[in-house]
Amino acid sequence: MSGQGSILDIQGPIVVAQLPNARTGEQVKLGKLGLMGEVIAREDARAIVQVYENTEGLRPGEPATALGEPLSVELGPGILGGIFDGLQRPLETMLKETGERIERGLVIPAIDSAKKWPFVPQEELKVGARIGGGAILGTVQENETITHRILVPPEVAGELIDLAPAGDYTVDEAIGRVRDRQGHIHKLHLSSRWPVRMPRPFSKRDHAVQPLITGQRIMDTFFPLLKGGKGAIPGPFGAGKTVLQQQIARWSDAQIVIYVGCGERGNELTEVLDTFPKLSDPRSGRPLMERTLLVANTSNMPVVAREVSVYVGMTIAEYFRDQGYDVVMVADSTSRWAEALREVAGRLGQLPVEEGYPAYLGSTLAAFYERAGRVETLSGGHGSVTLIGAVSPPGGDFSEPVTSHTKDIIQTFWALSKDLADARHYPSVDWLESFSLFVDTAARWWHENVSEDWLQLRNKSLRLLTEAEELNRIVNLVGVEALSSQQRWTLESARLVREGLLQQSALEPKDSFCSPEKQYLLLSLMIDIYNRGAEMLRLGMSVQELLRLPLLAKARRWKIAYASDELEGLKQEARDIVPLFDALRAEYASPTAKKPQEQEAGQ
Amino acid sequence: MSMLEYSSAAWARGGLLAMRSVPEAALGDRVVVRDHTGRSRSGQVIRTSADLVLVQIFEGTDNLDLERTWVRFLDKPFELALAPEVLGRVFNGVGQPRDGRPPIVARLSRNVNGASINPAARAYPREFIQTGISTIDGMNTLVRGQKLPVFSGSGLPHNRLAAQIVRQAKLLHAGKAESHGDFALVFAAMGVSHSDARFFEESFEESGVLGQVATFINLADDPPIERLILPRVALTCAEYLAFDLDMHVLVVMTDMTYYAEALREIATGKGDVPARKGFPGYLYSDLAEIYERAGRIRGKAGSITLIPVVSMPSDDITHPVPDLTGYITEGQIVLSRELAAANVQPPVAVLPSLSRLMKDGIGEGMTREDHARVASQLFASYAKAQEVRSLAAIIGAEELSEEDNRYLQFAEAFENRFVSQGEREDRSIFQTLDLAWEVLSLLPKEALTRLSEKDLDARYRQAAAE
Ligand SMILES: Nc1ncnc2c1ncn2[C@@H]1O[C@H](COP(=O)(O)OP(=O)(O)OP(=O)(O)O)[C@@H](O)[C@H]1O
Ligand SMILES: [Mg+2]
Repeated sequence: MSGQGSILDIQGPIVVAQLPNARTGEQVKLGKLGLMGEVIAREDARAIVQVYENTEGLRPGEPATALGEPLSVELGPGILGGIFDGLQRPLETMLKETGERIERGLVIPAIDSAKKWPFVPQEELKVGARIGGGAILGTVQENETITHRILVPPEVAGELIDLAPAGDYTVDEAIGRVRDRQGHIHKLHLSSRWPVRMPRPFSKRDHAVQPLITGQRIMDTFFPLLKGGKGAIPGPFGAGKTVLQQQIARWSDAQIVIYVGCGERGNELTEVLDTFPKLSDPRSGRPLMERTLLVANTSNMPVVAREVSVYVGMTIAEYFRDQGYDVVMVADSTSRWAEALREVAGRLGQLPVEEGYPAYLGSTLAAFYERAGRVETLSGGHGSVTLIGAVSPPGGDFSEPVTSHTKDIIQTFWALSKDLADARHYPSVDWLESFSLFVDTAARWWHENVSEDWLQLRNKSLRLLTEAEELNRIVNLVGVEALSSQQRWTLESARLVREGLLQQSALEPKDSFCSPEKQYLLLSLMIDIYNRGAEMLRLGMSVQELLRLPLLAKARRWKIAYASDELEGLKQEARDIVPLFDALRAEYASPTAKKPQEQEAGQ
Repeated sequence: MSMLEYSSAAWARGGLLAMRSVPEAALGDRVVVRDHTGRSRSGQVIRTSADLVLVQIFEGTDNLDLERTWVRFLDKPFELALAPEVLGRVFNGVGQPRDGRPPIVARLSRNVNGASINPAARAYPREFIQTGISTIDGMNTLVRGQKLPVFSGSGLPHNRLAAQIVRQAKLLHAGKAESHGDFALVFAAMGVSHSDARFFEESFEESGVLGQVATFINLADDPPIERLILPRVALTCAEYLAFDLDMHVLVVMTDMTYYAEALREIATGKGDVPARKGFPGYLYSDLAEIYERAGRIRGKAGSITLIPVVSMPSDDITHPVPDLTGYITEGQIVLSRELAAANVQPPVAVLPSLSRLMKDGIGEGMTREDHARVASQLFASYAKAQEVRSLAAIIGAEELSEEDNRYLQFAEAFENRFVSQGEREDRSIFQTLDLAWEVLSLLPKEALTRLSEKDLDARYRQAAAE
């Protein structure tokens, strides 16, 4: 299928070549350097090619070869734990072979073809059986965390005429054969290829039912996302998008994590590579890197590869979903991907509609996010891809095109605020701007697994925060003296919720991950203090006295004093509150009680 | 091919020269243009096809007579000649001597565009650099290999701050400063005034580093288009010093806003689709190509630490140049006009400032065990104090509660004692942290919830609180 032609015109990442038979989407190899690109349009006998690599040094007249296949990824054992560039080239291998700078025109397979993997065929599967695409042929224990399920490629179906016995195989050795209806024989391997721009098929979409537990209180307790859901983290620079995504990659209860660094800093990926192998999954105790895969197109890498990197990541995510896993993909940052689209569109002279973006920005984003979801797989199991995209709005302005389109598509929106970040309130998720469409579904899980009153407490604390916001407005007009004692207590309690509950430092060893039980305990403790304080005011205690309780400073430190596996201590604190307030109550409720020391000011 | 001279110029404008019928010029090729006066200019191919080749000319296209312009294609990319002797020299934006001395004898030459560092090859920066400036060391720590810009505004003392960093920066080994032997400075000036250039030169001379500096200068009255290549040339030099000669290189680049404006000018001339404020959509990637050249590489001794100065037009931090810079760099130091007016020197606005690499460069064994919590407390308390201040502005200080009044005192002390230190004061990190405790102790203990009780027992100063 390959066609030969020659280069006519080179401008940045866009090359025009004489290639009469090329199809859009087809891969093209360019020039003596052998740069890889993809046909994005055809005009007469000319193909417009976007090039994944820097085009410096290309000349008109040099050869162009159409390769007959769209950009595809290689899927099979050995990809977990690795770091790949936007074209799925293994960066560690590239480092060994060509040094610390990325060379152009390299072709390096994603999977080491010499390595042998222990394959165990599916027991019930017998030669002669009819099998369809997506069926599980057998397994490979890829590492101690992950059992890699070897699937019949989605497009293959027929009679199994051959299945290899248990043993060690490379990804290129056939482990089985299938004869289809037409009598064609398909060899099956441990690995297979799939074109990145085509969603992998499944039987049907399923309802998402379970919250993704991230260990981050502002997410799990306040704005939950479900496994199979779509979430976005918009925020200005430095607000904490990357840290939050790294936290999700670290602590979430997904089985597989695909981390796509799309147009961001090299050092951030280095940090993941440095730290993840040393961190262990709070549930399995295994090194986190065993379930993680990184796709890196850093900001200094060519812009066209940035655009494909998110598709590469998504296709790999779907591949693990099809094995029945719950996969989380984080993409940092989808804005850089959108900008790559814009750049190519601009060079093609397509009409910009808003801020230079082409008219198809919204539909491209929507189609991409649609690839997330919980599904019934072709083999009848269940798997999910949860997609969480960072959005980097210029100037932090959420009304810009990428943020506003994304907001229409996703179900959970964690809006980061510059003001909160400036005050070092992390995660800087703004509780008034953020939303989750999943609170009710998540509540079912919390009620079954943690406590019946979760939703009530969550809503109460949010109400407290909202009320405090309004009271603050009053204070800023006329001062705190205008508030009633109850109102001042509301303000103080909201501060307690903010500092004792919402704030959660990723750097704090005992609080970086917070189990649902700890989240619930802290939540109920803060509300308990609020309720008891309110009662004391009604009994005549002055708000000044209440604010002087050492308990308030102590309560702010509980989150860092007790790790998720030290909850006995936290429960003891909860028990200690009771006698403290009992004593106060006795003092105020007794006949000789002190009288309220002040008339309530204001209304 | 390199011998041939073409005189088939089709048009020239805005720094761009179009040539007809030049067969097979490669994209990125270096070009030498000779004009009718015999002067030669250097350029680079930015678009190439069989019919038309577009060249960008770094000395600009002023005064080109199309019929009498001869163009030679050198058949190689834009390269910079390098040798250890670059130190102590002054060059223009394309790397030619500007100090009246002969060109250096090249040991090797490198493509100025560099190639991206494989992220798997990077070493994560974590070595604390003591700048002697409390707002930086204490709250926005700089580490070796970091890219940390200074966001400033016209008339603010960003140059003085940069010069102070150059003068005072040192590594600590077991609490002691290390020697200067493997240290080099690359200074890249784009569109700066003669007096600013002189200020830097004098300040390097005075701090005795002049022999360790490679300077690349394009002044305000030099052709803007030269600013497009200058940072690439300067960073190529820095990479050579850091990764070939194992030096620790500090790169000061000023002013990235002028760089971006030059880019906008050329982009507009080429008809590129604008994104915001007329800047082309690829400004982000273009700036990233520059900034991401900072860093450390596994197995190499040297490092590139990058301090770009970015002036914010109309003090607007959301302007595309500071905004995109902030999205790429590892934090930012923001200067404040208000603090400058109140005579706080250096006028660093700590709240919008940030160092993302701070967390791994501080703490026990590197600075001091309480460093992270002290910094966090300073941020939180100062943020709260700012709220109190705006409240006081509305309802009057008399109406404030006692606690709020203490926040006002804290803010005063923080700005006048901690932030303000003057250009000549070089504080050790321990002095900085002690000072932090001094001002924090103006607040009641209960308000300091980001510090541990152990910290408070050990360092809270009862006396100051009374
Ligand atoms: N949850 C957190 N806990 C502790 N520190 C945090 C947290 N979130 C953010 N930070 C601090 O803020 C800094 C910036 O965060 P981050 O790099 O995630 O920002 P960002 O939104 O990704 O910015 P950019 O868009 O420029 O990439 C971090 O380096 C860290 O110091
Ligand atoms: Mg980020």
